[in-house]
Amino acid sequence: MTHSKLSSLFDSNKKILSIYMMAGYPSLEDTIPIMEALQDSGVDMIEIGMPYSDPLADGPVIQRAGTQALNNGMNPDVLFRQLESVRGRIHIPLILMGYFNNVLQFGVERFCKKAADLGISGLILPDLPFDLYLSQYREMMESYGLSFIPLLTPQTSDERIRLMDDYTNGFLYAVSASATTGAQTSFPKQTLEYFDRLKSLSLKNPVIVGFGISESEHINQVYSRLQGVIIGSAFIRSVKGSMDLRKDVEEFVRGLIGG
Amino acid sequence: MYAVNEKGFYGDFGGAFIPEMLYGNVEELRNCYLDILTEDSFQNEFHSLLRDYVGRPTPLFFAERLSVHYGAQIYLKREDLCHTGAHKINNAIGQILLARRMGKQRIIAETGAGQHGVATATVCALMGMECVIYMGAIDIQRQSANVARMKMLGAKVVPVYSGSSTLKDATNEAIRDWINHSEDTHYIIGSVVGPHPYPDLVARLQAVISAEIKVQLQEACGNALPDYVVACVGGGSNAAGAFFHFLDEPEVKLIAAEAAGHGIDTDKTAATTFRGSAGVIHGSMTLLMQDQFGQIVEPHSISAGLDYPGIGPMHSFLNASGRAKFYAVTDQEALDAGYFVSRMEGIIPALETAHAFACLDKMKFETSDVIVVNVSGRGDKDLPTYIEHFKNIEE
Repeated sequence: MTHSKLSSLFDSNKKILSIYMMAGYPSLEDTIPIMEALQDSGVDMIEIGMPYSDPLADGPVIQRAGTQALNNGMNPDVLFRQLESVRGRIHIPLILMGYFNNVLQFGVERFCKKAADLGISGLILPDLPFDLYLSQYREMMESYGLSFIPLLTPQTSDERIRLMDDYTNGFLYAVSASATTGAQTSFPKQTLEYFDRLKSLSLKNPVIVGFGISESEHINQVYSRLQGVIIGSAFIRSVKGSMDLRKDVEEFVRGLIGG
Repeated sequence: MYAVNEKGFYGDFGGAFIPEMLYGNVEELRNCYLDILTEDSFQNEFHSLLRDYVGRPTPLFFAERLSVHYGAQIYLKREDLCHTGAHKINNAIGQILLARRMGKQRIIAETGAGQHGVATATVCALMGMECVIYMGAIDIQRQSANVARMKMLGAKVVPVYSGSSTLKDATNEAIRDWINHSEDTHYIIGSVVGPHPYPDLVARLQAVISAEIKVQLQEACGNALPDYVVACVGGGSNAAGAFFHFLDEPEVKLIAAEAAGHGIDTDKTAATTFRGSAGVIHGSMTLLMQDQFGQIVEPHSISAGLDYPGIGPMHSFLNASGRAKFYAVTDQEALDAGYFVSRMEGIIPALETAHAFACLDKMKFETSDVIVVNVSGRGDKDLPTYIEHFKNIEE
């Protein structure tokens, strides 16, 4: 049962550190070594980014990593082959994050079946609108035990957040600002108020915050209010041009959680 | 039956495939665009600017020599005579009036060849609004005259280096800007592409073209309905405008010219209905050029305005339903047609428009057939390309 991996992670009530990595980056065959290093470093969950030619919800760091990964030859077939080879060695929950057109061309159901077979816990598809997920794909995804992870922003209304909460069973991905990137060193007051608002909604699903998190100060600000963080661009930067992935990944994670 | 439905779809095409970060912006626009567009004060301001600033109505010109040559009655809708040299200004005027009524202070736009960028920079200067234009770094090199025009008009032109550094990437970057400035910014999309309601919004603003054709044709030949309307399609805004009021008149045949580039059986093409398949681009489900994994493929056309890997969802539906017939016109055919029309009628058409003219060679007419060709823009911007080409002819 794939999604029990997610529920048992969240049931433990610990604060979640999750890392977003780009499949096939920096080199095509780095996907698995990075996943293993992340797991060994104590990361709780991994989002695996699938590179797309036109990633309009991503900032420049992830865009460039995606372009590099595409040039390296990454595609869903290659990624699924890599994930197949690591089966049984990765125990922490894995989430695939990508753009809808890649999934559509693969065949949505075929993609979901394949992902579920490989032990993937959920999907983040930023440009699949929530209403379309509800009307067309929810039943199918749930039948494969895949959690659809909706994005929400400071502009998302309470009513809409509750709708997303009611009809999903993984976690809610709170975008820290309504922006593609964030460069600040700690969250401004209005962002903290947004986190407080999310907390006060007492949602069924855990809320994990992503976008613009690079410092332990960000992490502390989130942990005191919500369940966890996702770190993307800062991690991608840390493995760019790495000569020793295992060491660099471990150092990066240690730098975030202390130790 | 060819209009967008309440969910934003034309048949299977359209919709709003947007990240949650854009949901608020698009929802705000969707909720108000029809109300604003139908307000008397909007209509009055829009039409008086179209008249006094753009120079509308543009003439419908009977092209006598072309008519003799093709053995039909050929009329030219002269969008090339619009202020700034193309139909793009119709949409830019409409959207900036809409933006002002929505309380927006800042305008962003994407541009490929620079025509939409110039139109947007123009209306921003007219209204005294901040203007940021995203343009692929490669297009900036190819279209230096239009870049200079935009700068002279006070716009900031931001080069885009991501992806293939062309129009599709400029569009991605404009969308990212909109995500990052959701409160104060309106994004003026230049074609009938993007998430609902943009395709419908832009089509309605360009519909003035076919509204005028009907009146002018009635006056010229006693019948408001031509046998054919011919227009080029990149994203498809001039075609959408030229077709709009004829969509539900089945006796009017709609002809769309796509850019075949080096040919539809080569990799250097932009003929989306011939080489594309359904997928999501820039927030819309439509036909697009993509590889087997759904990565968007860079198109090719000699005409920068047709060098786009998708077409508007309305056109995907017109193609799928058979309502419009699509022709693929190669770079060479377009150059030849542009050269020919210049010599026949004293009108140098934009390379985009030259694709529409090239369709005439592929069609069979009765002498009584009335054909309207939408002359979407003038060819001044394309002179370097034309000159390059007719060096070969003259020498």
